[in-house]
Amino acid sequence: METVLAFVIGGLYAAGVFLMLRRALARVVLGIAILTNATNLLIFTAAGLTRGEPAFIDEGETLLSEPYGDPLPQALVLTAIVIGFGVLAFAMVLIYRAYRSVGSEDSDHMTTTEFEDGER
Amino acid sequence: MDDALLILPMLVPLLFACLAIAVLRWRHVQAALTILNAAILIGLGIALMVVVWDERVIVTQVADWPAPFGITLVADLFSAIMVLLAAIVGFSAAIYSAATIDDRRALYGYYPLFNILLMGVMGAFLTGDLFNLYVWFEVLLISSFVLLGLGGTRAQMEGAIKYVVLNLLSSIIFLTGVGLVYGMAGTLNMADLAVRLRDVEDEGLVLVVSMLFLVAFGVKAAVFPVFSWLPASYHTPPVAVSALFAGLLTKVGVYALIRVFSLLFAEDQAHVQDVLIWVAGFTMVTGVLGAAAQNEFRRILSFHIVSQIGYMVMGLAFFTPLGYAAAIYFVAHNMFAKTGLFIVSGLSHRLLGSFELKKLGGLAKHSPEVTLLFFLCAFSLAGLPPLAGFFGKFALARAGFEAEHYIIVGVSLAVGLFTMYSMTKIWAEAFWKPYPAELPGDFQVRRRQPGMLVMTIPAVIFAALGVAMGVAAGPVFELLERAGEQLADPSGYIAAVLGGEPE
Repeated sequence: METVLAFVIGGLYAAGVFLMLRRALARVVLGIAILTNATNLLIFTAAGLTRGEPAFIDEGETLLSEPYGDPLPQALVLTAIVIGFGVLAFAMVLIYRAYRSVGSEDSDHMTTTEFEDGER
Repeated sequence: MDDALLILPMLVPLLFACLAIAVLRWRHVQAALTILNAAILIGLGIALMVVVWDERVIVTQVADWPAPFGITLVADLFSAIMVLLAAIVGFSAAIYSAATIDDRRALYGYYPLFNILLMGVMGAFLTGDLFNLYVWFEVLLISSFVLLGLGGTRAQMEGAIKYVVLNLLSSIIFLTGVGLVYGMAGTLNMADLAVRLRDVEDEGLVLVVSMLFLVAFGVKAAVFPVFSWLPASYHTPPVAVSALFAGLLTKVGVYALIRVFSLLFAEDQAHVQDVLIWVAGFTMVTGVLGAAAQNEFRRILSFHIVSQIGYMVMGLAFFTPLGYAAAIYFVAHNMFAKTGLFIVSGLSHRLLGSFELKKLGGLAKHSPEVTLLFFLCAFSLAGLPPLAGFFGKFALARAGFEAEHYIIVGVSLAVGLFTMYSMTKIWAEAFWKPYPAELPGDFQVRRRQPGMLVMTIPAVIFAALGVAMGVAAGPVFELLERAGEQLADPSGYIAAVLGGEPE
């Protein structure tokens, strides 16, 4: 299972990086979304996959019995998903605003601040 | 007591952010609250300094979960120094904001975000947990995204796109590194990691992770070759925002680099050293050459931030106590001089209405006070004795000679000359040459406006601190060398976090 997920994660990273290298900003944002999720999968996989063994302490016991799924990466991924979602929402609004004020979503048209006295 | 000191720097800004939202319609109340918040943070920073002064590392385990299971907050000398410096920058930027931020921006949440940004910075300096560091990074990044874009002019949108995309990419790389570290070591507590990463058998994988962190924090610190977002965005928002960002954001990246490479990857330093030295050298050179090609006040300063980051990375790259001390001194000096210079650019813009050097002039004749402030900050940056920049470069050069890295020392001294060149360029264009047109009729009125006076206060603070750091370089370095010793030998830090005696 780890091997399959490793290929999936690699594929997602490749797709995300490819999209981020595009000039069209909508694709860049999609690239960010894919990369974020690839990272979540990576945290999950790197910490080790355990199937069907929730981290519950059995009745009458005081310690977890092996094997159990590590709950910490799940908490990490949950946090990362929430942050990723918020950031993605912001990025989408930002490209929309940029599209409205520049009149294009091509990053090649967004160079006025780098060469001349832009508006302030 | 320790617990309160470690948690309050995050809670106070959060509280004041909420208060500022409650009084969103009254701009001046919001500004006053923000200034008060930063003043309290300065107080907390001083208290932290007092507590850790004798090299005690203070630790609190959040919710009493013992390390390494819960989130740990730690302050050693380095953290405490950074908290105090950030609070000073925040205080001055808040005063400057009070005089310059318009009603619209205030109504759309400028001050709450300002406070949240401070909260993120404080959290990043005080956390002892790698994932928690990621979260604080996101807190400060998201508020900085909005501060940068607030106002919505075309220039701001263009700058924000580059800033946001590259910083998000660096966050993703950071998170990837965090995931791999957890997979390798099964912990994210930095002190625990410092112990466990020594025993990881797959050295190659540790090196991969350290490089992921180098790239991730490198983007945030704006080092070569991943600095391009900085000069593309820092000159687009209002000066108050540029000044705040120039003082704080890249320095958080530098802090993370120093913390991670002094603590987590202490075993890998031999591999990393060459990379860091090359990065430092190229960062200095490209930054200063980029600045030489610019003709806009804030763009010159933005490229100089990049160049100065190179010096800080150079101090880190030696991995000696003196190197760390020099790097921290440089961070402090640069926070003061660079933020001061951005504020001076705002002052000259208020007086003459432009950031373009060719449209500026005559300030030396017509506004001696702004000229003096520029002189103190700029020539501190260029390294003129007895100002702070000179001692920063002197200490770096000495650390470099002691570590026998002669070439990088040579490069850093040559870059100093170029820094002098572009500061002289601003001097000649904006201050020395006569004003190219008829002086605006209300120039003298503008000069004496109460707003102008308030705007000048932060620049005075920074110029004075720059001079003070130069005059008191001896005692300051005594303190910083102790901070450097602590970084070079993290056993005290590890023992304080995990419990038990230092090895």
